[in-house]
Amino acid sequence: MAATRKRTKPNASKEELLKFYREMLLIRRFEEKAGQLYGMGAIGGFCHLYIGQEAVVVGIEACAKEGDQRVTSYRDHGHMLACGMDPKGVMAELTGREGGYSRGKGGSMHMFSKEKNFYGGHGIVGAQVPIGVGLAFANWYRGNDNVSFAYFGDGAANQGQIYEAMNMASLWKLPAIFVIENNQYAMGTSLKRASSTPALYTRGEAFGIAGEAVDGMDVLAVKAATEKAVGHCRAGNGPYILEMNTYRYRGHSMSDPAKYRTREEVQKMRDERDPIDHVRDLLLMGGETTEDDLKAVDKEIKAIVNESAKFAQESPEPDPKELWTDIYA
Amino acid sequence: MTIEIKMPALSPTMEEGNLSKWHVKEGDEVKSGDVIAEIETDKATMEVEAVDEGKVGKIVVPEGTEGVKVNAVIAILLEDGEDGSSLSAGDSKIAAPKTPASAPAAAPPTQQPARTEPKAAVKAEPEWPAGTRMKTQTVREALRDAMAEEMRRNEAVFLMGEEVAEYQGAYKISQGLLDEFGPKRVIDTPITEHGFAGLAVGAAFAGLNPIVEFMTFNFAMQAIDQIINSAAKTLYMSGGLMGCPIVFRGPNGAAARVAAQHSQDYAAWYAQIPGLKVVQPYSASDAKGLLKSAIRDPNPVIVLENEILYGRSFEVPDLEDWTVPIGKARIWREGEDVTIVSFGIGMTYALAAAEALESEGISAEVIDLRTIRPIDTASVVASVKKTNRCVTVEEGWPVCSIGNHISAVLMQEAFDWLDAPVINLTGKDVPMPYAANLEKLALVTTEEVVAACKSVAYR
Repeated sequence: MAATRKRTKPNASKEELLKFYREMLLIRRFEEKAGQLYGMGAIGGFCHLYIGQEAVVVGIEACAKEGDQRVTSYRDHGHMLACGMDPKGVMAELTGREGGYSRGKGGSMHMFSKEKNFYGGHGIVGAQVPIGVGLAFANWYRGNDNVSFAYFGDGAANQGQIYEAMNMASLWKLPAIFVIENNQYAMGTSLKRASSTPALYTRGEAFGIAGEAVDGMDVLAVKAATEKAVGHCRAGNGPYILEMNTYRYRGHSMSDPAKYRTREEVQKMRDERDPIDHVRDLLLMGGETTEDDLKAVDKEIKAIVNESAKFAQESPEPDPKELWTDIYA
Repeated sequence: MTIEIKMPALSPTMEEGNLSKWHVKEGDEVKSGDVIAEIETDKATMEVEAVDEGKVGKIVVPEGTEGVKVNAVIAILLEDGEDGSSLSAGDSKIAAPKTPASAPAAAPPTQQPARTEPKAAVKAEPEWPAGTRMKTQTVREALRDAMAEEMRRNEAVFLMGEEVAEYQGAYKISQGLLDEFGPKRVIDTPITEHGFAGLAVGAAFAGLNPIVEFMTFNFAMQAIDQIINSAAKTLYMSGGLMGCPIVFRGPNGAAARVAAQHSQDYAAWYAQIPGLKVVQPYSASDAKGLLKSAIRDPNPVIVLENEILYGRSFEVPDLEDWTVPIGKARIWREGEDVTIVSFGIGMTYALAAAEALESEGISAEVIDLRTIRPIDTASVVASVKKTNRCVTVEEGWPVCSIGNHISAVLMQEAFDWLDAPVINLTGKDVPMPYAANLEKLALVTTEEVVAACKSVAYR
């Protein structure tokens, strides 16, 4: 493996590294399976895969406590798995079946879990950000110390409503963490073609919101930065911006010809910056973990993903009566 | 040459006000820009500045006078070299009005008919128990009471919007709420409709019960993505898991002389969206009862109010815990010959027309839809099966109007009972003009309702 990243002994336990490896691998294998099922026609419509960005949600979730909320865009499968939602329910929603989180009525972009405080799953670019600030508002209103993570991409970072939300979050000192997943491309438009200033973490300066840029391919860096952000928020100091510099290996959605970047660019990223290989190397470096240990994890993950795919294809389609339910509470 | 100081109009819809304080007395010299008096309207207290220089020759309307009509002479200013001897008390032009109200208006209000609203619905089954004590309230007060009562009842209810707290509401609807509930539950927002609508949706997802006030619904177009895509659709998209108990409220429709961007009725827009409930009350009792229901409802509810109706008074039942069910029309007036269907401010034309028609021997039944979604077409169909004729009245535009929908339902469910084509009266198919005469032409009128009813009755 061409590992050009500096591999120094990590400030993390073997258990923690194994947990990160396992969680990132689950997302990777799950998304690969979703891609396969899409190719077979079992998944329809839009399907936005998270492959390459796994370190972001896994590192952030390592800092979340019970009660913290999260809300994201349509590229949401990784977030759901990382906060502990059941892969079977997620996959069955992708296939539009009764066993899905939204009972087949939401699809890839629209899933929710009250139990895990996952508030979607939103299809309109940027719309989830004021909603995420609203979740933070509810924490402020109730006087608890929960924080809300509002994820959005480098494309959404140019939506006006995000700045409306940042202004209010800062004005009222709401415990909101703005997570910008900068995967370098807003669909087919690179950051430099869409953004007048490349440093997205500075986008809160006008509102007095601190921000920092983070290597989003390094789960330990993500965790360290998030710990700081979460501490800031829980202490009542208002919002924080984390710009996670990351990379998506796959297209924007399944129907992306990817003419806007070269194969070499993607391959180089996979070879040199892959977040899962990074943790794998760290684990093996210490000598406490062996290839066989990791193979056992791989096997376990494969079984979970295969089981979710089986469930998602065997679960029945929703009853036709479901067309008319859940319009009003 | 004396100068008349007249009662100024301080807002587009102001017809009269109270002269609460004079800052000058007879004999004082005033310069242009001096504050000479304070005027209180149902919306605000404002200072009146002198426009001309001179000496106050006579205070015509004493302080404390209520109901002074716009354009009534309130004081006389003497110019250089004049003295007050020319001002005779018998001069009809400067006669002091009686206190309160019934001031001899120098110019009668042109925008609206007199404020004699029907005392209560003439209806077989009253909506409150017989013998209930009634109180007279404006729509404005009724809406404020509805919010205050629900905020006392449920800690999770809060109000947010522009100028709702310290300013006491741009239209004074939230008057007193900040004092009672504090800044955590009555929240002034920046001018950022898209942002605070989305924020409130998030708070509702998290289990709070936000009331979002839009200063007017024209500005809610900035936020309509959050209203429709986030608030209305999430329950369905989540398979019933994540509801959005939220109220979006504010004045809707034409006010007076505020031109195209500030004069639009959104009834038909929001009525189309599954997942939303939409109410558009006319009377104070319905405004109160429907807003209370909206706040308690687990779904997103759009409450379309009307600035012109805010100051109108109606009888409201003096009951502690009284609501009006969403989705139920109200028969205001029973009749035999034609059914007039309306809602919101359209009801003023419908009721005035019914009165006029009565004197011509045509008995009109007047139905106030009150709720636009879910719409109570059953009440309309039942009425039309009795009268065999129908006219709909609304202020919105004609294409895909609420009236069009009523017509379609009547075609499907009462075709054999119809003795004439249904007529849909709407605002004219133009952006609202500013000029007074053109604005009047753009709106639906009582005369048009009368003419349409006669037409369907072949009279």
